[in-house]
This record gives sequence, C-alpha cells and structure tokens, in this order.
Amino acid sequence: MAPPFSWLRPEPHGLYIVPADAWIDPARPVDLALVTHGHADHARGGHGTTVATPETIAIMGLRYGVVEAGARAVGYGDTIALRGNVKATWVPAGHVLGSAQILLEHAGERVVVTGDYKRRADPTCPPFEVTPCDVFVTEATFGLPVFRHPPIADEMAKLLKARENEQGRCVLVGAYALGKAQRVIAELREAGFTETIWLHGAMERMCRLYEDHGVDLGDLKAVAGVPKAALANSIVICPPSALNDRWSRRLPDPVTAMASGWMRVRQRARQRNVELPLIISDHADWDELTTTIRQVNPAETWVTHGREEALIRWCELNQRKARALALVGYEDEDD
Amino acid sequence: MERFAALLDALVLTPSRNAKLALLAEYLRETPDPDRGWALAALTDGLDFPAVKASLIRSLMAERIDPVLWTLSRDYVGDTAECASLLWPEPLGDRLPAPSVAEVVETLHATTRTTAPRILTDLLDRLDVNGRYALLKLATGAMRIGISARLAKVAFAQAFDVSVEDVEEYWHGQAAPYLTLFDWAANGAAPPRTDLLPLFRPFMLAHPLESESLDLSEFAAEWKWDGIRVQIVHVAGETRVYSRSGDDISATFPEIAAALTVPCVLDGELLVRGAHQGGETGGAASFNALQQRLGRKTVSKAMLAESPAFVRLYDLLIEDGEDLREWAWEQRRARLEDLVPRLDQARFDISQVIAAKTFDDLAEIRSRARDEAIEGVMLKRRDSPYVAGRRTGLWYKWKRDPLLIDCVLMYAQRGSGKRSSFYSDYTFGCWNGDPDQGAELLPVGKAYFGFTDEELKWLDRYVRQHTVGKFGPVRETDKSLVFEVAFDSVHASKRHKSGVAMRFPRISRIRADKPAHEADRLETLRSLIAD
Repeated sequence: MAPPFSWLRPEPHGLYIVPADAWIDPARPVDLALVTHGHADHARGGHGTTVATPETIAIMGLRYGVVEAGARAVGYGDTIALRGNVKATWVPAGHVLGSAQILLEHAGERVVVTGDYKRRADPTCPPFEVTPCDVFVTEATFGLPVFRHPPIADEMAKLLKARENEQGRCVLVGAYALGKAQRVIAELREAGFTETIWLHGAMERMCRLYEDHGVDLGDLKAVAGVPKAALANSIVICPPSALNDRWSRRLPDPVTAMASGWMRVRQRARQRNVELPLIISDHADWDELTTTIRQVNPAETWVTHGREEALIRWCELNQRKARALALVGYEDEDD
Repeated sequence: MERFAALLDALVLTPSRNAKLALLAEYLRETPDPDRGWALAALTDGLDFPAVKASLIRSLMAERIDPVLWTLSRDYVGDTAECASLLWPEPLGDRLPAPSVAEVVETLHATTRTTAPRILTDLLDRLDVNGRYALLKLATGAMRIGISARLAKVAFAQAFDVSVEDVEEYWHGQAAPYLTLFDWAANGAAPPRTDLLPLFRPFMLAHPLESESLDLSEFAAEWKWDGIRVQIVHVAGETRVYSRSGDDISATFPEIAAALTVPCVLDGELLVRGAHQGGETGGAASFNALQQRLGRKTVSKAMLAESPAFVRLYDLLIEDGEDLREWAWEQRRARLEDLVPRLDQARFDISQVIAAKTFDDLAEIRSRARDEAIEGVMLKRRDSPYVAGRRTGLWYKWKRDPLLIDCVLMYAQRGSGKRSSFYSDYTFGCWNGDPDQGAELLPVGKAYFGFTDEELKWLDRYVRQHTVGKFGPVRETDKSLVFEVAFDSVHASKRHKSGVAMRFPRISRIRADKPAHEADRLETLRSLIAD
C-alpha cells in the first residue's frame, strides 16, 4: 500500500495531484490547473484547462486578456470530480474577491490547500471557513511572531487623520491592484468617507470588476488629466510601484502611505520612503496562522511559502507534525 | 510616553528636515515640563542608564519566547529593541495607565542591575507596541534617528520664537530636563547664567563675497585657513575645545586643551604642523593631514608627536571675564595681539592681516597664494561686533577659485525625500588613458548638487533615456554626458579604484555640447593632488 498522502506531490513549481494529473496554482503552463485565487503568483495564463471560482476566472480574464477556452467555473461549496477518484471542493479563503481554499478528497484522505488566506473580516469577500482535514497545506507569508496586524479600523483612522492634518496635500496610498486596493476603498466607505477616491490608471478596471461582482466602492475617478489643485485634501490609490515613480509628481505634495503587512517593521517602511505606514494585510498574521492550525487540527501541516521556518518551529513546539514544501515562485513582497 | 512614542515614529518616517523641525517644535511647545526636557535629552543622546543594556532586553525575551523564534524574528526585524517591542506579550487584562517620560526616566535612574529586570518589565506592561519601542530606545540610549544636537536646538528656537544663537549659548552647561532653559524660552524668565562655566559661544560666520570689490579702508583682510574652526574656552581652571557645531572635542586635541591657562574665549583655526607645506617655518599641513586626527576619541603619543595641532587665532571674544563681543573688530584685534605673546607659542599663533592697500592688490595676492593650508581670504568690517551666525554686511569669505575638471556621467541613483522620484545622485568618471585607444572610465567622485531644479528635471529625463543597466536604485548610463565638476581639492586615496578622492565635488555645468571622449583623463586629476 502506498504511504499516506503520496498521491499529492509537492514539486518546485506547484502541488501535483498524481492520480488526477492536475496541479494546484502551478507556476508554469500545465494541462489541468486548479487555481485558488487571481494573484499573479498563483494564477498564471496558458493552462489547458483552468478550474477556479467565477470571480477568479473573471480576474484572470482581465489580467491575461482572454479567458482560456478551457476555463471552468466552480462556486463556493461546489465539488467536482477529477480523474483517479479525486474530488475537489472550493471553500472561501477570505483573501481577495473569489479566493478559495481547495479541499481534495482521495482514498479516504482529506487535504486542504489554503492558497493565501486571512481570518479578519473583509467587506469585499466571504470569510475563511475552517474545514477539518488530515493534511493542512498553509501559506506562511507573515509567519513570524512579530507580525500581528492591528484592527483595520485603527489604520483607517490613521489614514483619515493624515488627510485631515495635511491641508493642501493629498494622501497617496500604495496598495496591491487586486484585493488590497478595493479593501482599502471599501473600508474607507465603512469608516464613513463618502468623497471621491482617486485612482491610478492601473486600478480602474479591477475596481470596476469588483463592482460588477456586487462590491460597492462608492465614487471612484481616475487621476489622469485632473489638475493638481483639484486633488488637494484627497485620497489617491496607486500600485506600490508608482509611489516613488514619476507618475506621483502630478499630485499635490503627496503624503506617501503604503497599505501592507510589512509596514509593521519600521525599517521596511523607511526603505520604501513611506511616511505613513498602514499595517493592512490580506494574509493571516502569526496569531491567525497558529489559531487556524489549532482549529483545523490536522494530522500534518505542510507550509508552502513565506517564513515557513518559524511556523514549523511553532508546530514542533506544539507537538504537531509539519514540513516545509519550499515551493518556488510565490512571494508577496508588496502585500 | 504616548506622545513621545508618536513623535519618535513620525521623526523616523519623515525625510525632510523642515518637517522634522516642525514636529519637534510642536512637541516641545505642547508637552509640559519636565517631560519635554527629558525627551529632548533622550533624542540628543543625553541620557544614560548603566543598568539597562541590550543584554537585559535579550534576557527578558528569553523568558518569554522560544529562542529559535526570537532569533528568526530578530534577524528579520534587524533591531533588538524594535523586535522586543513587537514580541512583548500583551497583558491579558486592562493595561495600567502609561507612564510619563519623566516617570520612565526617574524610574530608570533609580534602577540597579538587580532591580532592572522587574522594573523594565513593569514599564513594558504599561505600554503599547509603539510605546515599548520608544521606552527600549530611550532606556538603551540608541536612538539613531538622525536628530543632531544642532537640529534639536533649531527646533527649540523655532518652538518658542527665540534666536538659535541664544539657545546655543544657554544650552551648554544646562542639564536635562532643562527647566531653566524652558522657563526662559517659554515663559520669558531670566536666561541661565553662563559666565562662570566653560561654555560654547556661537560662532560668527561669513557670507560668500558676491560684490566685485570692497573698500579696504572699511574692511580688513586675513587668510582663511583650511583647518577646522574651533573655539577654546578657559574659565575657572577648566579648558574646553569646541568645534563649529559646538561639540566638545577637547579629548581629540588634548595638547590644545592643556596649553591654554589664561581665562579667555578664543576663536581660531585648528591646524596640524606640516613641514612640507607653505614654506614658512612651522607652517600648516593640508586638510588631509588634519583629517587623520579628526574623529578620534583618544589620541596616541605617536599621533601627538607626528601631527601636533596648533591654533591660528582669529578673534578674542572674552578676556578675564570681560565680554568683548560688542566691541569693534579692530579693538578686539588689538586686545588679541596683546594677548598672543602671553600664550603658549607652540600651540597658538595669530592669523596675519594681509597687507593690501587696494582691492586689486588683494586680488593679486590671493591669486598668488599657493599654500595648501589656505582656503581663501576673509574680509571683516573693521567696526564689526562679534555676532552669532551670519549677519549681512559684516564678514565675507572669498574662497580660492575652485578646481574644475570635465567628467563623464557613469551612474545615477535616486535621491531621497522630495527627490525620491528623481535620479539626482551622480557618479562620474575620468578616462584612464586615451579613450580612442580603448581606455576606460574610472569613477572619481559623486555629487548631488550644483544644478537647478530645471536642470534636475532635464538630467532625470536624460538618465532614463540613456540607461544601459539597472542595479536596484542605481542606473548605469551610456556614458555620453559630460559634467564640468568643481571641487576644492583632490587627494590620493587607497580606498578608491581611481586612486583619488575629491573634496567637496559639485556639478558646475552640464556640458551637453561636449563629446564624452573629450572629457579629462585621470592623469590630469592626479596632477592636482595636493599632498
């Protein structure tokens, strides 16, 4: 008899489901790809068939221009049968719009692959669901005990206060174009901010896509062509790469903010010339990671990417079986 | 402590000097005594708690977190105090009220090595993450956030709308939490007494000469020596040597501190003896020789023998308790000339007045000055009082014309703060031979000023359009643009591949008209080496 879980094989560029001849979030084109969410390091183009949530497929369509002919949409809670007696179910992961964990069942064994996830409430996507399993394959982007994300309401208050205090300037928030940007906008709306929020060109289409999927983001306008003076006392959202780029010269003396879990560490904020660090992440922090492992309570924990060493050490200290998969190609430097 | 923690965070993340000043000034204005005084001392490294060291933080953490997790975290964060502040366990119940800065300082002052672990733990439990960071930084005395003593004084002056020169003068001799100083600045009380202490008096400074000519019946001329400007103070048996920024450098130049025994305050240029320079007996060596002695906390006997320091005197501020600063320069000069023969001749001489009848004579004498220890000429109004800072119309400096060389732009790097979207730091090179025979460019220096804002925009565009390689924030250009670079002097250097190091290089002109192969060669630069 084969050793337990040998039907799921970590390869350098993704998790391979042997009997189904399928991959989860592969880093290079394959025949059959199961995709957890739309971020570029997980969802790549060029696969024969892509299976993902309808939102993720829409995001991939936007990103890669055309939706592959072989795209197949599965809703949350839906199960599909793969070859070799493998069943796959998509479960909300709470990371970004359309993000899912994938539950795999085969030979009486259950494996959950989280993709990326968080446990905090997010107005733009349904919350993470704890799914009991034998093997829990988790990310560890913020897998160090120094990472504890503060409540997002505190960070929104910081952002609104900076806008209030710096009259005549604008606050320029660097945020991932998919997920982080829309969450920041939605949270600003929840905090009662009703004015126009200005967008870098790279943000516009993704925001429209969110709105098409029922996420209300309020009044959004593109910065392009708007005179400097009209942007005083406003909030502008751009991708992190545009923060210190020439593009930002069109703005009225911007206060440079960045929405990222890395902002917890001062030196990281300084390196990026960030004046207003906003500790906002779409990944689980240390407490969320360890709490989730406790709640899921698997026989084994596999860590895909991030700071896996510390999380595996925590598992050892708590007498839990764990291993690092060392998958390549996943990195969320800007999250 | 919360306000201090917020200030610290804002200072860390604010790149602009003016914004830092505004933050600091606001804090000083709005924070009550004695918190603001202690905070000021903490920011300028004026606090020391021998019982609290980084090792104490590590041992407290060892009781609270697995050593492997600590090491992984510490390596990632890169700073022990910050890492500990992030990892400190939050109390389960309600937090006790946060301590004030004064309470923290008083508590830590009263701490011994035995009580330190418990006391620090109690304080950490009462603070949030930013408060813990501020506490640990304050307690271990390692702020390193780019707040110099000078910046703190300027902020203090700005906060209470008093002159920075007065702040400089009164600050010395005051101890944290500076209650008298705040009482004077904020409440208009009498300033602290300064006459019986060996205090620093702010220097009188000069403007660059811009007019074509000055009337030498109104202005006296003397040499401007290329050393470091110092003030030597002797009062009540104590002597101090101060640098231009008011730092006490007595320990770096003990032979000077030991040599003055007359109660007075002197202004002069600190130089080291150099037999091979200047021609005159006991002349001064170039700045490069002096550099060997700067920045050393202790001085070896060999160093003292090899490069003995002396001071060439410019001015006399106070003699025997009599403040001469209101007097005319001519009267002070006469007092100084009377005083100098009574000083240690090995350590003090007087900067000679240049005997020139007309301005044209002076220009002629200046252009012939080849002594490397001469930086230029000073022109002082004969009736000028000694006033702190740069007052228009009294003193002028007329520097020697800078040296010029044509170099080729090789690399450009993004600036910081307002310039962070511009490629504004330029590395330039000279040819190591004939460029038409396959010679290469070797970097000879770096400059980030000397150009206008308009030129910066042009340069930024040029760099982006002529990039051939990228290394992080650095771009390598196609080496097509020539800069005329101005600099004060050039010295042999083993640390640079080119073998030369320029002093004070700046972009003098952009020579877009000049082809790169016509830029200067390294041998031209080498021939200008001064020492």
